Amino acid sequence: MNENGAAPAAEPAGAKLPAPVAGPVRKAFSSPLASGFVIAVTVLWTLPTLGLLVTSLRPKQDVAENGWWTVFAHPDLGLSNYHTVLFEGGFGVSGGLMPYLVNSLAISIPATVFSLVLAAMAAYALSWVRFRGSDVIFFVIFALQVVPLQMALIPLLQLFSGGAHLGSVTIIPAFDLSGTYAPVWLAHTMFAMPLAIFLLHNFVSQLPRDLMEAAIVDGASHFKIFRSIVLPLCTPALASFAIFEFLWVWNDLLVALTFAGGTPEVAPMTVRLAQLSGSFGGRWELLTAGAFLSIIIPLIVFFSLQRYFVRGLLAGSVKG
Amino acid sequence: MSVTRALLADGAWTDASVKLGNMVGAVAGFLGILLVIFFVAGRASGRIARPLAVVVFLGPAVLLLIVGLVAPLVRTVYLSFYNDDGTKFLGGRNYGWAFTSDSVQHVLLNTLLWLAVAPLAATGLGLMLALLVDRVRGQAVYKSLIFMPMAISLVGASIIFKFVYDARDVSQSQIGLLSQLAISLGWHHPPNWMLSQPLNTFLLMVVMVWVQTGFAMVVLSAAIKAIPDEVTEAARLDGAGGVKLFWFVTVPMIRTTLVVVLTTVMITTLKAFDIVRTMTGGNFGTQVLANEMYSQSFVQFNTGRGSALAVILFLGVLPLVAYNIVQLRKERAVR
Repeated sequence: MNENGAAPAAEPAGAKLPAPVAGPVRKAFSSPLASGFVIAVTVLWTLPTLGLLVTSLRPKQDVAENGWWTVFAHPDLGLSNYHTVLFEGGFGVSGGLMPYLVNSLAISIPATVFSLVLAAMAAYALSWVRFRGSDVIFFVIFALQVVPLQMALIPLLQLFSGGAHLGSVTIIPAFDLSGTYAPVWLAHTMFAMPLAIFLLHNFVSQLPRDLMEAAIVDGASHFKIFRSIVLPLCTPALASFAIFEFLWVWNDLLVALTFAGGTPEVAPMTVRLAQLSGSFGGRWELLTAGAFLSIIIPLIVFFSLQRYFVRGLLAGSVKG
Repeated sequence: MSVTRALLADGAWTDASVKLGNMVGAVAGFLGILLVIFFVAGRASGRIARPLAVVVFLGPAVLLLIVGLVAPLVRTVYLSFYNDDGTKFLGGRNYGWAFTSDSVQHVLLNTLLWLAVAPLAATGLGLMLALLVDRVRGQAVYKSLIFMPMAISLVGASIIFKFVYDARDVSQSQIGLLSQLAISLGWHHPPNWMLSQPLNTFLLMVVMVWVQTGFAMVVLSAAIKAIPDEVTEAARLDGAGGVKLFWFVTVPMIRTTLVVVLTTVMITTLKAFDIVRTMTGGNFGTQVLANEMYSQSFVQFNTGRGSALAVILFLGVLPLVAYNIVQLRKERAVR
């Protein structure tokens, strides 16, 4: 899809590149007008998040009485809302949001590792271990991106709770996985496979043929080649997909809602926040603090690794 | 030392360390098992070496795909023709319900409205920004800030906008930005945004546009940069100016990317239910297909009807993706 393989070789549109020579099309728009428009959109795009942050730092009384923009006249900011929300059960739950924050981490990191490793292995097999039918398998995997998650939820939930039976023969026994992270990890790993294999395949298949052949002549097994050649050379592609997958899992609501329930044992932040926004809609000082807690880790990941993230996105959508 | 102990004594911290410990254990166990398998399978030689490699490398992924996507796909289609506990064949009755019941018709209409408006708005705005942003000094900052919502969950974004749309009686001071803005601009009685139909549906779409515009901008900007200079130079020598150049050179050159962006946003729009669920719960006439499917299956336990809605959703995505694949293959054939 991309001549250079997956993203890493593609031109990143990310921040730290030298500004390109302005093309004629861009010159056609007068600069002040362009600046005005871009600045206006940026302000509009940033204000809602800023409002959330400011509100989460204000005392309860202030939040209830006047808008967050008045803070510039009477600044009175502190972290007490965060303390309440995290530890004191400010939402009427013991333990506050802390367990959910931990759950989010405990769901996202393994789900990212599992899907990344398994997809990289599959991508390698499909591009370098020649066998009959590998093209067909690759095409079917690519096509599976079409399946919306909603289609898989009910059967998968039934499988996890009741096992699989053909007539009276039990093919897969019922697992007792409720109350553990395993169903969520499994579901995320399964759903990530088509896109992950597709993107990583683009990159793995572009590795230099000479290198691979030389390794085989030297008597290296596929396992050795994978570990000592493929993984090191594909680190940029793996990194960009890892960020993508981490954000996706962290931000997911549907899969978590279906497989993790709403309990502090396993449910992540998104699930709890969605519940709270319904029942605690009026307590803005708590709701905003909770919401900001849920977006702070993705934002840190985003701003520090933005370049890789952009590469990952471009791998899937820009050709040429 | 004493500080650590004091923290760990607190239930929350103990709980957290246990959970994170389990997590590290699971990851380590997973990688450990793989290492052992690699070590053992790597020693195999002769005729079984290659088949063994195929099974080890590809097996787990294929198994997961069959269990997680292929089998459920078949099963959902099957369930959609049966009653809720899967014991009685109903024929097309679930589908009949989906297309004739008034409430679902409204849901389908809303979904179509989302599909028509949100992707076009996000892509159009993203294209404008992609064209303009490189002309602006300090573009990196603007790009990052506009792209930022992409990292925020749709639930987080929904709460952010719920706060923007918060409305109170006009006698009180407003804390929602939109109401305050409306009043400042001279609108004496702005409505309660989330309750006024059909305005509320469009206000929910704003959240989707807010999240997706940065994505469209970044991808389209990369595509515009990839247009060879010779092409634009030639067009300019032929006398094409600003707007002409845009419509007859830039847009055709990035057409494929435009289609990909539009489709990606459409698919997200079609499947996203987080926004509707978090902001209105599907009340006040804002329900969409993805959320209705969830309510039918997991709240009201109408498994048959829920499955039928999922199949409808699937059939809705199918042409979009098929078109995309055809485009992709054409592009590859040209190469």
